[in-house]
Amino acid sequence: MAPAPLSTHSAITLHINGEKYTLPVDHRTTLLDALRERLDLTGTKKGCDQGQCGACTVLVDGRRTVSCLQLAVAAEGREITTVEGVAEGDELHPVQQAFLDLDGFQCGYCTPGQICSALGVLEEHAAGWPSAVTDDVRPEAGPPPLTPEEIRERMSGNLCRCGAYVSIVRAVAAAAESADAAAQDSHSHDSHDTKEQVA
Amino acid sequence: MTTAPTAPTPPAATTTGAVGTARSRVEGVEKVTGSARYASELPFTDLAHGWMVLSTVARGRVHAIDTESALAMPGVLTVVHHGNAPRVNTDYVGQLGPADPTLGVFQSDRIPHVGWPVALVVAETSEQAREAAEALDVTYETQPHDTAFHADRPGTYTPENAEVSKGDVEAELAASAVVVDARYTTPEQHHSAMEPHAATARWDAGRLELVDSNQGSMWVADELAKLFSLDLSAVRVRSEHVGGAFGSKGVRPHHVAAVMAATELQRPVRVALTRRQVFAITGYRSPTAQRVRLGAEPDGRLRAFEHVAQCSTSTVREFIENSALYGRVLYEADAHRTVNTVTRLDIPTPTFLRAPGEAPGSFAVESALDELAERLGIDPIALRVRNEPDVGPVSGLPFAGRNLLACYEEGARRFGWAGRDPRPRTRREGRWLLGTGVAACAFPSGVAPSTASVTAEADGTYTVRITAADVGTGARTALTQIAADELGTTPERVRVRIADSDFGPAWVSGGSMGTRSWGWAVIAASRELRERVALLTDIPAEGVTARVNTADLVASLAQKERYSYGAQFAEAAVDVTTGEVRVRRLLGVFDAGRIVNPLTTRSQLVGGMTWGISMALHEEAVRDQETGGHVGADFAGYHFAANADVPVIEADWLGEVDPDDPIGIKGVGEIGIVGTAAAIANAVWHATGVRHRDLPIRPDRVLLAEGDAQAPDRGDRTDA
Amino acid sequence: MREFGYQKVLDVPDAVAALGADPDARFLGGGTNLVDLMKSGVERPARLVDVRDLPLDRIEPTPGGGLRIGATVTNSDLAAHPDVRRRYPALAQAVLAGASGQLRNMATVGGNLLQRTRCGYFTDVTKACNKRNPGSGCPAVEGEHRNAALFGASRHCVAVHPSDMGVALAAFDAVVHYETADGPGGTPREGELALDAFYLPVGDTPHLETALPPGALITGVTLPPAPVAAHSRYRKVRERASYAFAIGSLTAALDVEDGIVRDARLAFGAVASRPWRARAAERALIGGPADGDAYAAAADAELAAAETLRDNAYKVPLMRNLVVAQLTELEQEARR
Repeated sequence: MAPAPLSTHSAITLHINGEKYTLPVDHRTTLLDALRERLDLTGTKKGCDQGQCGACTVLVDGRRTVSCLQLAVAAEGREITTVEGVAEGDELHPVQQAFLDLDGFQCGYCTPGQICSALGVLEEHAAGWPSAVTDDVRPEAGPPPLTPEEIRERMSGNLCRCGAYVSIVRAVAAAAESADAAAQDSHSHDSHDTKEQVA
Repeated sequence: MTTAPTAPTPPAATTTGAVGTARSRVEGVEKVTGSARYASELPFTDLAHGWMVLSTVARGRVHAIDTESALAMPGVLTVVHHGNAPRVNTDYVGQLGPADPTLGVFQSDRIPHVGWPVALVVAETSEQAREAAEALDVTYETQPHDTAFHADRPGTYTPENAEVSKGDVEAELAASAVVVDARYTTPEQHHSAMEPHAATARWDAGRLELVDSNQGSMWVADELAKLFSLDLSAVRVRSEHVGGAFGSKGVRPHHVAAVMAATELQRPVRVALTRRQVFAITGYRSPTAQRVRLGAEPDGRLRAFEHVAQCSTSTVREFIENSALYGRVLYEADAHRTVNTVTRLDIPTPTFLRAPGEAPGSFAVESALDELAERLGIDPIALRVRNEPDVGPVSGLPFAGRNLLACYEEGARRFGWAGRDPRPRTRREGRWLLGTGVAACAFPSGVAPSTASVTAEADGTYTVRITAADVGTGARTALTQIAADELGTTPERVRVRIADSDFGPAWVSGGSMGTRSWGWAVIAASRELRERVALLTDIPAEGVTARVNTADLVASLAQKERYSYGAQFAEAAVDVTTGEVRVRRLLGVFDAGRIVNPLTTRSQLVGGMTWGISMALHEEAVRDQETGGHVGADFAGYHFAANADVPVIEADWLGEVDPDDPIGIKGVGEIGIVGTAAAIANAVWHATGVRHRDLPIRPDRVLLAEGDAQAPDRGDRTDA
Repeated sequence: MREFGYQKVLDVPDAVAALGADPDARFLGGGTNLVDLMKSGVERPARLVDVRDLPLDRIEPTPGGGLRIGATVTNSDLAAHPDVRRRYPALAQAVLAGASGQLRNMATVGGNLLQRTRCGYFTDVTKACNKRNPGSGCPAVEGEHRNAALFGASRHCVAVHPSDMGVALAAFDAVVHYETADGPGGTPREGELALDAFYLPVGDTPHLETALPPGALITGVTLPPAPVAAHSRYRKVRERASYAFAIGSLTAALDVEDGIVRDARLAFGAVASRPWRARAAERALIGGPADGDAYAAAADAELAAAETLRDNAYKVPLMRNLVVAQLTELEQEARR
């Protein structure tokens, strides 16, 4: 016995960048489309709409998420941060400033996703999460230092077709240092840094 | 390093030295905060959403389209198709040549390839449009199709002017001490700009307005005017921010469809393509099958240079991937023969893709030179130096600045090339075999007429207007720097407005000619403005404007071989037990003219080299012969490099200038990808002893080649 | 995507009751696979029951050193959990090798087990596919099949299961727990399936993928105690360095004493319609010498059953080499 048919639309309230937005949505509407087409928050980009590029990355309850595969109706009640909510007024976040200063982008289309993803990477690293390039994932091995190799792997969910990866890695590393200069001691300058010099 | 010799025309006396100084992008804050609005992000009242419906068959006719069911679906406003679409004119010549028949959208029931547009469904919301488009019942009469491309296919022909030769290649080959005869292939490649194509069309006070993502707003405006038989002044196209283009963002079927729907509905209509649709209808680089024959004396001097490069095109338009152009300027030889050939298939029409011709052509030629160096026992750089020409090897024209030898020298020094053991498979680090490789690169340095206007405002600032496009190149910033220097002011006092067809005709962002073409116009207009302002005591409230078109200036350029050059160095690591290949480092040293903005130029060169990694190891669109369509046309199926694939890449330049350009610019947009894949493939050979002549160098190819190499008398492998 | 109803549930009885036996309804977890398939038209549910907030998000130790992992635990939390990293390091590595940081934050353990193949014919509704449209044919057999299966495929389907996590779960004898609403009077009923029995053989019914009863909700996975798992590794080979599906992967665990293999676990990824437990290889290894020849012989014992197509034969040397390299590495680690 099939349950009674459910409505195909709902009125929902989304919490975005500290603001509340109440809107009716077609259940098919993704968080990405709700942001871009309903709320005029177009900073979040649509690159593939299939979870295969990361351009639409936002933070949901503090964790980086691809908003193209997140239904808006299912995001109700969660705290959403988009690129528009990263800076403090006119004051750029250190991650944004590093992307700007180090030219961590070209066309700029993947950039909001890269920046939101970088925020997630810094949080995840601070929480001690290992990555696919962490040699020893056992907790006894301790948290891995945020080497260029670790940054590359952790940022790999954000494709950039212009080919700005080299600058993106530098920007994330610079932001990590400025965000936590005190805690980043000798770990941040291990052999990876010197090994990767070209000339 | 980045300071250039003085350009021939003295700069303005009060120059602020903006050109040559690293500067972050003028629109950078907008881009890192998300406030920069791209094509599908400008709000429109009463906006309707169009969704393209593309043919699922490769050849035949549309039999029927069930528009009634679609129109009955929620929110659907119209279905535009060949049965009801307005007629468009496709008999014209646009800025880049004759009209593309692909723009004859919905003009007949004929289907020449998978992905041919058959309808546009327009609805109130994008969700409704998508569902109705996907539910639209289109039936086809199918005919047998042929989409298989391979070397020496029957029906392959040589287009007009596609063969250039001097001397007797066969005779010189016969007289050569060493001959390399090798075949190479490159696959179908896609631009894959991160921003999918999108356009919003509307009629506004009798004018057709398009908010678009393109490489040339005047180009698009002009073509739309011609297609719809409108006066050019009745069309306005804007394209403020562009999320990557790489050759794909010209005039495309969705533009035409959007205009048709906006005209019918008399409301704004946005057509944004899905990623799959971008793969289907926005062009791509043809696969190539190339054969290179080199004949040399024992000392490496080339007697014969032959390059025959085959590509494919659609049945509706002849577009040639000019891979065989590459060698015409690079290497001296007694006899030269370079030919582009083409096969017509039931496939979409290919188009320009970053370094069209040079990217695949350099893979074949620079790989073949490495094979020749191996056979001769000569260092690959020494071999190239030995065959460096004094004048155009085929044209006999003088070079407008050619400093390739210095690129080799500086690159070799920085890369640590000296002391390299030329023998393959001699370095190992854990599971990785290591090798290094080198390749040359060259890309034409062109310039085209453009119009710029520069206004001296009453408040002491300046406004530059030019229909340039900034597709991520940094053009907006570079033009700001160029104008500031010429106007004797600071970049902060210069506002550069671009990408609006109302600003007049200008070259497109393409061919590595954007900044040079636009920069020349900005310089010329700034000079004229300075002269006029010098006669005034005050700037009037409405400002003073000078407007210059550079057509005459550009036409007066002497005929020379004008190119950017470079030397590409790669180190590759190969695990032959898994087939994994990793690029460990890349270094490119370029002779690319005067560098306006070292920060953004380095990004562009490194970006091009990153493309080279993707070309060498990842990119490949797969066409299923059964259906004639792609398999895996998405970013999970079509790979380009992710962050983890890209090592430290260094790009640098010599600072040589083009002596005939007012700024000394040569162009940097494409040179970075040229030669890179060959340098990597050569490094893979050095690491493993196996030549990979088919791109991409996938794990399965490395594994199978390793199996072959283990077998007796099987050192090399090619799929060609 | 067609219009659909949406309902969020907060406990398991509500979840299974809400889904009922409606064949047009689906549970929505992280959505990373389902929403994508809905966009491409492969899935067209009429109703979604959102189970993301069910209280199944815990990872708890079981007596003897095993783990019970809730179905809504995200991939990220699974890979970050100290007990997972300590007791089953290959499981953490496998999860970390999958997808991207963003997707791992969304994807759930239950959803991961149910994810569909990434075969390019399956995900493209304009093409034939027996898994998506039974009886329409399998164009991959003659067409594009570089990533096709070596084991257990049929002429009806040669697609591979895309999961990394599942390859580690298979190696460690995971048991899948579920609930249905078909108890007395429509009450919840619990059931379980060993991972070996969870995925159905391909045969001529590639559209039938799991042995879960209709309407069943996966509630969790149990990993039995396995001391050997503490000495385990996951290796994944793919066509780029990250953010790509495997073309071959391996979970290996090895326990060596006095040069003799006491226990070993081997499971292959991207070689079958399911995570492939390499039992023939394990049998060949256990009790024998811990050396390269034995590892190669064990790999060959498994790969003898491989059936290759025109373009996927490279997977045989790939898997053989991976087995030898990983077992050798584990043996050397154990000696240190």
